Amino acid sequence: MLQFFRKKSSCQVAKDRLKILLISDRVNCSPEVMELIKADITKVISKYMKIDTGNMDIQIQTKGSKSGRGKTPVLYANIPILDLHTK
Amino acid sequence: MENESKQPGCEVIVVTSGKGGVGKTTTSANVGTGLAKLGKKVCLIDTDIGLRNLDVVMGLENRIVYNLVDVVEGNCRVKQALIRDKRYQGLYLMPSAQTRDKSAVSPGQMVKVIEHLKEQFDYIILDCPAGIEQGFQNAIAGADRALIVTTSEVSAIRDADRIVGLLEANGFKQMDLIINRLRMDMVRRGDMMSATDVVDILAVPLIGIVPDDENVVISTNQGEPLVGSDSPAGIAYANIVQRVLGREVPFVNLERGISFWTKVTGIFHKA
Repeated sequence: MLQFFRKKSSCQVAKDRLKILLISDRVNCSPEVMELIKADITKVISKYMKIDTGNMDIQIQTKGSKSGRGKTPVLYANIPILDLHTK
Repeated sequence: MENESKQPGCEVIVVTSGKGGVGKTTTSANVGTGLAKLGKKVCLIDTDIGLRNLDVVMGLENRIVYNLVDVVEGNCRVKQALIRDKRYQGLYLMPSAQTRDKSAVSPGQMVKVIEHLKEQFDYIILDCPAGIEQGFQNAIAGADRALIVTTSEVSAIRDADRIVGLLEANGFKQMDLIINRLRMDMVRRGDMMSATDVVDILAVPLIGIVPDDENVVISTNQGEPLVGSDSPAGIAYANIVQRVLGREVPFVNLERGISFWTKVTGIFHKA
């Protein structure tokens, strides 16, 4: 019974899917390209410090507004550092 | 208000959506008719060459002699292709060609036709074809303002978002959103995105919410736009017309009851 009520409504599912979809639609940047960018950034940063690749978060956002209509997109990267000292 | 003489200036509005079947033609017909009912001089132009439909929705399909392509190709004068709607003073339709394709008209030619019509009308409403190809480019070429029609479904919203991007890239400053065929019973159940959800996602100002209403089908069957009738969609379209004219009309709170309902379901979610 609880399981039934906890299920996400189809409306919420649609909103979540659209939000992700429209970000890549708007900047014309596919998830595959994002993966490539992520891999390259990891490679470069790893040369200088040890980073937590499993928990890093890279996405394209729009500056200033929640919705971002007409705003410049920015590449946002949150990369947790495990060890600042180079190996 | 009820004068047939043209007022200074002319607003050219394109009705577009990206996705097909969301109600562009119905919206064009109702907004155009609604404006004419308020005494405006209105010209509806069907820009969907090859798949014309605005004529049947308006119930004027038997009166077509010349069409948009004839005008562009110089087979007739602009005035000859305009069908006067006898039911409403000041309402005219320029039909599209059924036997040609989109490439028969260029954006430049569209602009020329519109420039000519601007002298005679207060409002020119362009019914845009689905898609983002030449037909879309033709329809938006001469317009100053856009009404974007969507339904509350992922496919229609995605396409609408693409259209907004393209309109922005083409320098459109004024864009307004119409959410069509909203089903409040489904919204209440959490099975359809609400108008607020759609506006949040698209970030375009809302100009109207049209509830799903079987009277739209009936009125289309009869070739008589339902704007101004006391059906839910008729009222919604009448409100949209007022807002197009720049008047403030409060949104009928279709979403009443939701806040209560979300509270109830919210309790269960927390449990």
